[in-house]
Amino acid sequence: MSTSLIAANTIRTTEIVQVRTESPTVKTFIMVDRLCSKAKPGQFLMLWIPGVDEIPMSIMDAGNGLVSVTVKQVGDATKHLHGMEAGQTVGVRGPFGNSFTESRGRVLLVSGGTGTAPLLFLAKLLSAKTERLSFVEGAKTKDELLFVRELGGICNEKSLITTTEDGTYGLQCMVTEPLAKLLDREKFDMIYTCGPEVMIKKIFDLTEQRKLPLEASLERLMRCGIGLCGSCVIGKYRVCRDGPVFTAAQLREVKDELGISKIGFDGSRIPV
Amino acid sequence: MQTIFGTGGKKLEGNPLRVNLAGLELQNPTILASGVLGYSAESLNRVAKGGAGAVVSKSIGLEPRVGYANPTVVQAEAGLINAMGLPNPGIDVYAEEIKYSKTILRIPLIVSVFGYSADEYATVAEKAVAAGADAVELNVSCPHVQFTGAEIGQNPTVLAEVVEKVRAAVSKPIIVKLSPNVADIPVTAKAAVEAGADALTAVNTLKAMAIDPETTRPVLSNIKGGLSGPAVKPVALRCVYDIREQLPDVPIIGCGGVSDWRDAVEFFLAGASAVQVGTAIALEDTDVFQSITKGVEVYLRKKHFGSVKEIVNLAHRG
Repeated sequence: MSTSLIAANTIRTTEIVQVRTESPTVKTFIMVDRLCSKAKPGQFLMLWIPGVDEIPMSIMDAGNGLVSVTVKQVGDATKHLHGMEAGQTVGVRGPFGNSFTESRGRVLLVSGGTGTAPLLFLAKLLSAKTERLSFVEGAKTKDELLFVRELGGICNEKSLITTTEDGTYGLQCMVTEPLAKLLDREKFDMIYTCGPEVMIKKIFDLTEQRKLPLEASLERLMRCGIGLCGSCVIGKYRVCRDGPVFTAAQLREVKDELGISKIGFDGSRIPV
Repeated sequence: MQTIFGTGGKKLEGNPLRVNLAGLELQNPTILASGVLGYSAESLNRVAKGGAGAVVSKSIGLEPRVGYANPTVVQAEAGLINAMGLPNPGIDVYAEEIKYSKTILRIPLIVSVFGYSADEYATVAEKAVAAGADAVELNVSCPHVQFTGAEIGQNPTVLAEVVEKVRAAVSKPIIVKLSPNVADIPVTAKAAVEAGADALTAVNTLKAMAIDPETTRPVLSNIKGGLSGPAVKPVALRCVYDIREQLPDVPIIGCGGVSDWRDAVEFFLAGASAVQVGTAIALEDTDVFQSITKGVEVYLRKKHFGSVKEIVNLAHRG
């Protein structure tokens, strides 16, 4: 008899060891967890806020017995979490999902908003292994532009491009503008992206026009996190189990839904 | 001996795995259990490609339901406890998914139906069949939503009324999914069959809960849910056996903790003509159907049985 037990799926209650404020709306929570401390960039965990909710969170950093997630306050669960302090208890399951592949050569990372968190984790891993690492980061406004200092330490100055929609920092435009120029000017062996799905769709269109490889981390409503409930499906894929990182070839298969529709809490299709 | 793999659903003479389930032709006796990956046609088709002989949709009601807040699934010692809360878009929206599913699926589509009254069950079943469902499975056994599910299926009188109303509304096969949370399962099984059920699924999840010592709280947002997976298999097996003792003829679909060919064979021997698989997908992925079927085929050959049909009920002899 085989068993339905997955070691990573057992919920572990653990202490928040540190809370860092990254911006007026974003905080990073660092927790002790042996399994999640071995996570790879791209993987996520299910974070239980006891008595409130359990939500999927991209892993921003892992190692030395610790795991970090960077959380934007967007609803009830994240509001409650933002009110929590070091020493308080949360639950974690995971790490779940696949991870970004470790490409060599010249790589380009493109992020929007809190999508920067998993790509910072990836950039740290890749910086020593790649020939050249470039990063394009965008946000609505200066306050929302995350980890600029950390990224500056990983990329050299010329290789980090920042954009804001309101022009309060870096270029005043969307990430896709400098990205299109960069893709025409330089050759890249791999492009990685994470952020709002509408942005990912635009980046996918740019890389497809130029026949470039892409890996994108997607986000969906999740419940079980282990590939059973079907809440997070896109086409034939489950974001929690087959993703959250998808290749250009997989994105082509789901292009009728990418940046367009997802499954809502009641199982019906709703706009992204 | 011929094999069914890679036949794309074509009927084969002499296929030892083929079963006829109350008029449904299955090329193999493994079925996707309700509640797992059942929202979209693409998901169901992926399960079909993983080797399932038929698929059951998520439970669909008359109106949309968003279900419960997370945590909706928690792992227990040898299985999972879930309380999703029957999230579903309602039959009018889901009818479009049924229609689309029928254009791509090459195996029978069974639509799981729930309601808050006998009339609601009948209306949803009728709409599901009108959209193309090959059969309906009545969820009269969900253990975690009030005024439906097990609250209906645990009462033989109410259960019979629901089945009768659905019987009057649809001509396709009616499968009744029974609750194990009863004192004597043959009583509810008999009520369902006498009211017109063509087949039974035994069983739904066992009512259960998980409590976290650190926070001193129940883990599931709904507090209680239903236990599935290996933990419930011996209970489900006994339920199938008990029903068969009392009802010699009704087709039974075994459900509860089926993870490999051996589990499936045990259910056949107890009296099931087919098995449903759900929780095992969490570990083995959607190819689990193919590995179960392959294993059953090898078992039949080794033991010199000609077909699955030959071993159904075998544990009851003598």
